[in-house]
Order: sequence, then C-alpha cells, then structure tokens
Amino acid sequence: MTRYANPGAEGSVVRYQPRYDHWIGGEYVPPKQGRYFENPTPVNGQPFTEIARGTAEDVERALDAAHAAAPAWGRTAPAERAAVLLRIADRMEEHLEALAVAETWENGKPVRETLAADIPLAIDHFRYFAGVLRAQEGSLSQLDEDTVAYHFHEPLGVVAQIIPWNFPILMAAWKLAPALAAGNAVVLKPAEQTPASIHLWMSLVADLLPPGVLNIVNGFGVEAGKPLASSARVAKVAFTGETTTGRLIMQYASEHLKPVTLELGGKSPNIFFEDVSAADDDFLDKALEGFTLFALNQGEVCTCPSRALVQQGHYRDFMDAAVARTRKIVQGHPLDTDTMMGAQASNDQLEKILSYLDIGRQEGARVLTGGARADLGGELSGGYYVEPTIFEGGNHMRVFQEEIFGPVVAVAPFSDFDDAIKIANDTLYGLGAGVWTRDGTTAYRAGRAIQAGRVWTNCYHAYPAHAAFGGYKQSGIGRETHKMMLDHYQQTKNLLVSYSPKKLGLF
Amino acid sequence: MGGAEVSRVAVTPAAAELIRRLSEAHGPLMFHQSGGCCDGSAPMCYPLGEFRTGAADVLLGSLEVEGVAEPVGFWMSAEQFERWRHTHLTVDVVPGRGSGFSLEAPEGVRFLIRSRLLDPPG
Repeated sequence: MTRYANPGAEGSVVRYQPRYDHWIGGEYVPPKQGRYFENPTPVNGQPFTEIARGTAEDVERALDAAHAAAPAWGRTAPAERAAVLLRIADRMEEHLEALAVAETWENGKPVRETLAADIPLAIDHFRYFAGVLRAQEGSLSQLDEDTVAYHFHEPLGVVAQIIPWNFPILMAAWKLAPALAAGNAVVLKPAEQTPASIHLWMSLVADLLPPGVLNIVNGFGVEAGKPLASSARVAKVAFTGETTTGRLIMQYASEHLKPVTLELGGKSPNIFFEDVSAADDDFLDKALEGFTLFALNQGEVCTCPSRALVQQGHYRDFMDAAVARTRKIVQGHPLDTDTMMGAQASNDQLEKILSYLDIGRQEGARVLTGGARADLGGELSGGYYVEPTIFEGGNHMRVFQEEIFGPVVAVAPFSDFDDAIKIANDTLYGLGAGVWTRDGTTAYRAGRAIQAGRVWTNCYHAYPAHAAFGGYKQSGIGRETHKMMLDHYQQTKNLLVSYSPKKLGLF
Repeated sequence: MGGAEVSRVAVTPAAAELIRRLSEAHGPLMFHQSGGCCDGSAPMCYPLGEFRTGAADVLLGSLEVEGVAEPVGFWMSAEQFERWRHTHLTVDVVPGRGSGFSLEAPEGVRFLIRSRLLDPPG
C-alpha cells in the first residue's frame, strides 16, 4: 500500500495555492466584487484553499476574453489544434500522480480510482478528440452535373460549460476536449463543491493554450452559473447536473434560441439473469464485482448501478454472495491506495443520502448491509463517510426511483425476461444499464429492450472515449465521449454552388 | 385522495427562517423539486417566476411562512410526483455547498427534503 501525504503537507506530491482567482484571458483575475469562499476537502471537512466568488461582471469579462480569442482559434489548422490537445494530454500524463492526489483531496474519492480511472481517462479523452478532429471530413453532394452542395464544419464560437462535482477533472475533459477540438473558445464554470482541482490542472497546461481560448469563472450557480447560462453571448450551453436546473438552462437557452446538451442523471438498472450463477467461475466473480460497483466513486456517478434486479432462480445465493462482497469494501483514508471507498463530496450530499436511508426504511425496504453514516475515526471524523448499503424492496419505493448519489443499491427480484425489462424501464430516466448473462441472445435482446443510452453488457462502469454516452427519457440530450460530440460543438455550413452559366428561366 | 385536501409539504423552523431572509433579499419565492444526478432530489429555491412551470408540473402546496407576505409555492414535475405522491415532504436546511441555481447556496447552507409516509387513506 501507499499512503500519499495530504496536499501541502511535507512529502506531498502536490500543493494547492492558498487562493484561486478567475482564469480569464490567460491570467488570473480577482473577482470584481472582491469576495471569496472557502473550499473544504471532504476527506476531513477542513478548508484548504479559497476560491473567487464570481458574479455577472466576472462572467462578462470572461466572455470578452473568449470572444476576442474565438475567431483566431477557430481558424487554426486542425493539425495545430489537435497538436495542442495532444500536448495537454502529455503534460497531464507527466503529472498524473499529482493530478490524482489533488483530485482525491478535492472530491474525496479514493486515490486508487483517480490514479487508474479519472486522470488516465481524461488524458485519453484529449488524445481521442485530437484524433477525431484530424479524421473529420466535410462532405459534398452532387445534385446534378453543374450543382454541388458542400458541407463544412465551423465552430460555434464561444460556448459555456457547467461542470459537475463528481468527477471534476474528467467531466471537464469530456466537455473541453470536443469543444476545443472543434475550434470554440470556452467559458467554464466548475461546481462550487469542487472548484479547485481544475485550477491545478490549468496551472499545468496554461502555456499550451492561447490566452482567452479557455476561461474559468468560479462561483455559485445563482451568482455565476446563471449569468453564464442565460447570456446571449454564448452559442451553446453544456451542462451536467439535475433535471430542474437542466430545464431552467433550456428555458434560458430558449430565450436566445441557442442549443444545449444536457446530462441529467439516471437510476440505472443492473440486471443479473440466473444463468450468471450456473458456475462458480471467473464470470460469476466478475458479475459480483459488477454488482458491487454501485460503490464506485461512493455512488456519486450519474450511471451508478443503483437498482440491482436479480432473477428469482438464483436470488438467495447471488444476494448472499453480493452482501459478502459488499462487506469486503475497504473504507479509509482516500489517499491510501488500499482504500476502495472514500468520502462523499460534501456535507449536503451526506445529509441527502442519510435522508434516503431514512425514507427507505420507512417504506419497508430491508437493510441487508450498511445503512448508516460511517465514522472512520481520527483525522477522518470530520469527513463525510457513509457505509455501503444494500436495500431490498420494490421498484415503487423512492429508493428505487430517485438517484441517491450515494453508495446505496436497491435490490428487487424478477421472474423472467419480460418482468426484468418491465421493471428496468419503470423509471423516469434512461442513462445507463447493466445486463449480465452467459447467453448472447438474452444479452442482445435485453440490451435492445432497455430504454437507456448505454447498456453495459457483462461489464459495468467502463467509460472509454469512442463509445457514445448519453441519455434517453429525462436523462438528457446529446452524446458525449464520442466523435458525435464534435457535431454538438459545430455548425454546418452548406455552400450550394452552381457551375452552370444558364439562368433558371423564371424571370 | 378522497377529495379532501392533503397536506403534502411542510417547512422546519430553520428553513422558515432562511426563507424569510431570502425573501427579504429576493422578493417572492418558489420551490421546484429536482430529480436526477448530482444535486437531484434537492428542492431548488428561485425568485418567483424565475423557473417557468407548465402543464408538466404539479403545485404540491403553498408554504405559509410567518413574516413572508406571499406563500411560497412548492412545485414538482407531474411525472416525478407520481413516484413521490405517497410521501409527505418537509423542507429543511443543512450546512452545505450549494447546488444548481438555488438562491441559498451562497449562504453556505442547502435546502434539503425530509420525507415521511403519508397516512394511509381512511
């Protein structure tokens, strides 16, 4: 095991600045109103830096910088923009350990995940969009011998991006890589719960981007997010979060007839057909890990497999093994590489999870393991820790219908294929799903029948670039982590050209 | 429901105090209950009319808060309400770090929903 030193402590691989201003036009700019807010680490609840509390004036200044930079950036050769993205990826790789430790300190997630997933995936994302950009071609349609329609990709201009707190650097990479590849300038607002790690990232890559191409304005949603999302000066808004704010952002965008992409979460079913338990082998072991992945990132994942549907034929055996597996989850200091589950990202998030543990019990769901706040003692007593929890109940219960965003899975049995699909689709959302079976035909039919944008089949929680990610139903609009996202950041210019000297003959 | 009015939403004294302060600063208020990712399941507090409700929404109740002139409407999408209708909601407040565009976030606190089962009919 390795126990990384807390950032800023002796021997740490990374150090946060005591204060971060806004990053605008290639330099740090203090907030116009001069106000800052404290940023605590969820690891122990103690503040470790302070952050500019942005307002509309700061947003306008960032938009000025972005508009000044956008035309030149949009005209750069694709090869040049791709090279910038590749350099960003290389720089991140050189500092992978520092970024991982910084991200864990910011968010509370275990460093084994930031080392193995968050940061490597973010690095690959920049490389993927560098490649996608180089391979992108316009098209042409020959309408007749003398008439041709040419289709060019053009950047949108200046785009707004509002980033969630569950994967602060990775979610920023998901949005930044396609937007920058497509030739846009960006004004990005990090979540107020996790406002600092993006600045640490920025400090590593600042020299690689022309001033104004990427601007970071911090602050609260109502004070900084709203003026950004409702601005007539942005060509598009990208948001990851929840449904009410998603609707509000669409309402703002409708005033200016601007497009949005939204990722608004889910209540993802993870379906275990009974043939999973037909043998005690690697596949069963993998499926049990697939069940336990509800605890990945403390459950703070939009696609958390938070509803497990287990076929009746193997229900008791599978659940006995699943409970045993869940009890083996190691909670501890997030900077210890043996720790599997760290801290929830904020106090209000902790309180919300506890409120769901309460209503789950009131509705009659049985607690098979966990069910309470965890006090890990010592330095960690002030942090926000929850026991990994398994509820057993029915799909009508609130714990089966709402995204708790914690390490909580709700389990129900199903009888046959049709019953599984009926329960799986009985939700407002459709972001992710899991299907586990040894039968290829069952896997295919289930995958096609589930109304969700991503159906992991005999796997879960993989997030590679090159596989489209996005929601059905109330889970949002658009597809990330795929070249499709490039289109969401581009206009289509059609030149309709006549090479004929002859008039139409109408006038 | 039997036609009789059912009380669906209440407010704790701490939340009422926060609503009083916010209404002094921002004027009449409203809540819209969110769902989904990140800060989903949290009630969002806006200046009245900031969030446009429509036929897709249900007004669960109007919170009467002492010292606040206008009752504060508590809204939810109708589809979400179908899955929440068997529970009574109490708006509370906890220390926290904001979410969405809700008005209280800069105060270092967050509105939170506590739930209990509605009494069975009859």
